[in-house]
Amino acid sequence: MKRFIPLIVLALLAVLPFLGLSSYVMHLFILVVMWSVSGMAWNLLGGYCGQVSFGHAAFFGLGAYCAGLVSFHLGLSPWWGFLVSVPFVAVTALIMGLIVLRLRGPYFVLATLALGEIMRITAENLTTLTQGNLGIMIQRTWVEKTAYYYIILALAALTFAAIKVLAESRWGYYFVAIREDQDAAESLGINTTLYKTIALAVSAVFTGFSGAFYMNYMGYIDPQVVFSLGDISILTIMVVMVGGVATYWGPIVGAVIMVLLAEVIRSLPYIGTAYQTLFGVLLIVIIIYLPNGLVGDREKLARLFGKKGAAA
Amino acid sequence: MALLEVDKISMFFGGLAALSNISYGVEKGEILALIGPNGAGKTTLFNVVNGFYKPSRGEVRFNGRRISGLKPHQICALGVARTFQVVKPLQRMSVLDNVIASAFLRAKTKAGAERRAMAILEFTGLTEDKDVLSKGLPLGKRKRLEIARALATEPELILLDESFAGLNPAELDVSIEIIKEIKKKGITIMIIEHHMKVIMSISDRIVVLNYGQKIAEGSPVEISANPLVVEAYLGEAEGA
Repeated sequence: MKRFIPLIVLALLAVLPFLGLSSYVMHLFILVVMWSVSGMAWNLLGGYCGQVSFGHAAFFGLGAYCAGLVSFHLGLSPWWGFLVSVPFVAVTALIMGLIVLRLRGPYFVLATLALGEIMRITAENLTTLTQGNLGIMIQRTWVEKTAYYYIILALAALTFAAIKVLAESRWGYYFVAIREDQDAAESLGINTTLYKTIALAVSAVFTGFSGAFYMNYMGYIDPQVVFSLGDISILTIMVVMVGGVATYWGPIVGAVIMVLLAEVIRSLPYIGTAYQTLFGVLLIVIIIYLPNGLVGDREKLARLFGKKGAAA
Repeated sequence: MALLEVDKISMFFGGLAALSNISYGVEKGEILALIGPNGAGKTTLFNVVNGFYKPSRGEVRFNGRRISGLKPHQICALGVARTFQVVKPLQRMSVLDNVIASAFLRAKTKAGAERRAMAILEFTGLTEDKDVLSKGLPLGKRKRLEIARALATEPELILLDESFAGLNPAELDVSIEIIKEIKKKGITIMIIEHHMKVIMSISDRIVVLNYGQKIAEGSPVEISANPLVVEAYLGEAEGA
């Protein structure tokens, strides 16, 4: 039974467009699914392999620019961005890996953060290629949302399946072993540098897909948006932390909560502009009380609500 | 030719000589104990053999092949496994998954790795605990898990770093039996140990280090009669 839950969820999501939901609601669903993809991708490196990256905007933005630039400069369909992004993102990840994967703990975190910022500043200043802060505007393929929804849903299903297969394979065991103790992993015959690089590259490529979709869907990007530290890199981490690190469903649950929360908070009077502050507070609360996220600590949550129910 | 040859190894940290000019061999099939007071350089020597440290001078050969300079995972793949004095279980993994992660080194498939891991848990008496997260294990079993993980890589030589420290008498007997069984399988053992009773009962030969230098080598009987050793180590232990 449990094996079929992903298929059931997928089937339910697939019939959603037939319910005649408003364009705004569909937009929210598309964002949720897109953030699930980013979250699942980050989770592979940060959750399973334990290498916490604060620079995944580098890959998201690169994916987005691949899609934008093949359309803007070459006149191709921006959907080619998915294919074009793979070598660019993978090579960037490998170069980044050479530099940052030899670092551990906070040094690794800071190095990834810096690389994300380097990508943003590069995109801002490489104006002949990227138009800098003017950004890239492309012709969107469809006005209607349904097609976009199915495309991102298919991408999410692919990402979910790929990560599940990976996590349960030899690589998955190696990733978790590296997370738990790199020295022990190394002395048990695991080539830690190689497997960290693999985790980084796979994570980066899927994040790049998410970015390429963003370009296609939004029709406009600029460096401040797609290479954003706060709105991309940190939001990706929050999606996973809130949902549950190193769980299959965590990034999906996290994406639902973060997207809806962002919408709700931003629409509030006065405090709406301070939504990032509130995200920060939320992150602190989650880390203290539910360090494994909503999915990882679901038994703890059930106890909490069970008690409440009994008291009422 | 010995299975493992430690050839004129020196290891300096800054100006400090943690090991100076150490040479000895470990013969195939034997249990060689490495003893010496705290800070004598025993774990440093393990770190050199296992590849965590590159020796400042000298070389280590395994099956005649130079291994100093290789990375730990390469040395492990060649057939040298180790345990850690301060146990390093993969905490948020079950006991079984810990061993599976090591068994993957030689297993082609996940089913194969799992089969091998189950057999090793049986051998080390951890079968009942296979689904426990390893951070929840008591120390005695963690020490055994270290041995189980090392065995899962199918080593020719296993380096045991104080696998008996902190065990109660009952656990001690279990672990001694396991070590003897490992020897019966034809696996060569190099062991660091402070527990004199254990050392004298299981080891074939003993190498004694003091202040980074080899001060004696021989059978347990020879070592316990060696005045240098008695002064440096046993005398101290008896006096304590």
